Amino acid sequence: MAYDLICIVCPNGCHLHVDDDFNVTGNRCPRGAVYAKQEVTNPTRVVTSTVRIDSKVLKVLPVKTKAPVSKKKIFDVMAVINKTSVKVPVHIGDVLVKDIAGTGADLVATRDILE
Amino acid sequence: MMVGKDLLIIGGGSAGMAAAVAAYDRGVKDILIVEKGPFLGGILNQCIHNGFGLQEFNEELTGPEFLTRFVHQVEDRKIAYKLNSYVSDISPDKVVTYCNMVDGYVEVKAKAIILATGCYERNAGAIGIPGDRPSGIITAGQAQLYLNEYGYMVGKRVFILGSGDIGLIMARRMSLEGAKVLGAAEIMPYSNGLNRNLVQCLQDFGIPLYLSHTVSKVVGKSHLEKVEISEVDEKLQIIPGTSTSFDVDTLLLSIGLVPYNDLLIKLGLPPSRTKGANVNEHMETDIDGIFSCGNVLHVHDLVDNVVAEAKLAGVSAALYLGGNLPRHNEVIACLPGDGIGYVVPEEIDRANADDTIQVKFRVKKPSHDVFIEYRFNNEIIKRIYKTAIVPSEMEVDNIPKKILKNNQGTITISLKQREVK
Repeated sequence: MAYDLICIVCPNGCHLHVDDDFNVTGNRCPRGAVYAKQEVTNPTRVVTSTVRIDSKVLKVLPVKTKAPVSKKKIFDVMAVINKTSVKVPVHIGDVLVKDIAGTGADLVATRDILE
Repeated sequence: MMVGKDLLIIGGGSAGMAAAVAAYDRGVKDILIVEKGPFLGGILNQCIHNGFGLQEFNEELTGPEFLTRFVHQVEDRKIAYKLNSYVSDISPDKVVTYCNMVDGYVEVKAKAIILATGCYERNAGAIGIPGDRPSGIITAGQAQLYLNEYGYMVGKRVFILGSGDIGLIMARRMSLEGAKVLGAAEIMPYSNGLNRNLVQCLQDFGIPLYLSHTVSKVVGKSHLEKVEISEVDEKLQIIPGTSTSFDVDTLLLSIGLVPYNDLLIKLGLPPSRTKGANVNEHMETDIDGIFSCGNVLHVHDLVDNVVAEAKLAGVSAALYLGGNLPRHNEVIACLPGDGIGYVVPEEIDRANADDTIQVKFRVKKPSHDVFIEYRFNNEIIKRIYKTAIVPSEMEVDNIPKKILKNNQGTITISLKQREVK
């Protein structure tokens, strides 16, 4: 299956075409080819969201997957995030869910909430 | 009550904190940061997505992670700050009035001031959307605050007007939380957001972007029920008969940011091309010892650039307080020419400048295959080739002081199409 995508590596925004054999055209530089192959074979994203917290100051704690996860798993990750709630104190980097939704990535806090 | 301070910084966001730390590290110890909100960090508190800090920290952080590093830098130095404190007045002789629930009204007589109050979002009033006046029309940043800090969604079926980055990021954020985002309309024929956000916030979630379209009508008795979008012509006028409707309960506006310049008006300083202050190469305004940096000076797309600019303002304030920042009457103007929207700074005191002078500017529209041409008194002093350049990405460049051969004149920065033979 062939793909058309916009390169996000630099402001050029090249319109890339990837054919069945993963040959990339439309790129003005080699970085575009690397991006296109990754994006077509195994696109990944860091998921950022919030979980509930029993804090006096904030209702929600911002979180992220510590590593990028497969794009296909984003909504599986969100389903776990939406069921997660945590108690204070929480520090940046605290692991809240290990190996979230079988992605291999941990869900970690991205803000200190101490009370 | 009147207190004295060497350096008063108005705004405790990334600009205010970075400026405070830079000034402190240059020997200014008597500093007070006055912050309107309940936390240091400003807008980054609600920017929970990642992508911050690649230049400042060499890693990709979320907004709260990025700001926390600066909070630690402020606290390690025991720099004083006041939260929930609103600055209501400022005068050219550097008396600042702020108030909060604990101290009441406080007057501070400062020796130097840094304005770091950020920017605000253009809202529905700024563009006059035709139709009803229901609830459910809200700026993207306000919806971001409600969702990411207060923990509630503003709607379930969403349309977005404008393609600024905040709108794109909220399209993804609300999709992740289960809302249906039906589309985004951009009046210009190109997007104002970064390609990265177009791909990761719209394409990833199958959200269409309607270029050269705008909202032509909103419908709803008490709450929003429907938006109608129409195509626009090259003069940005709505083309009759091209409308499409979407049943939505929320219209998010992502239609631009404006420096929050109320204090400039109180100082009697006229707003610049960017609606911020006019500054020189030391980020000093037209009043000696009053500096400005960050989004109140001009709207940035990367916080890393805000921090770099704020550090310059902080170092400059320290120089000023030490008596090492004299003003000369001979200044070089630095102006936008063809194709350039604005330049910061607009004046350069060559005698006082460092060996390299940083300039920042934005092009007016996306262009390919161009030269950025610097002229000093009409003579070309520098040319840079760009395969592509877009308004959504601010350009940062350095002018070596030695190529400015005298202390008077005008630098013009222009965009020139490369001649194709």
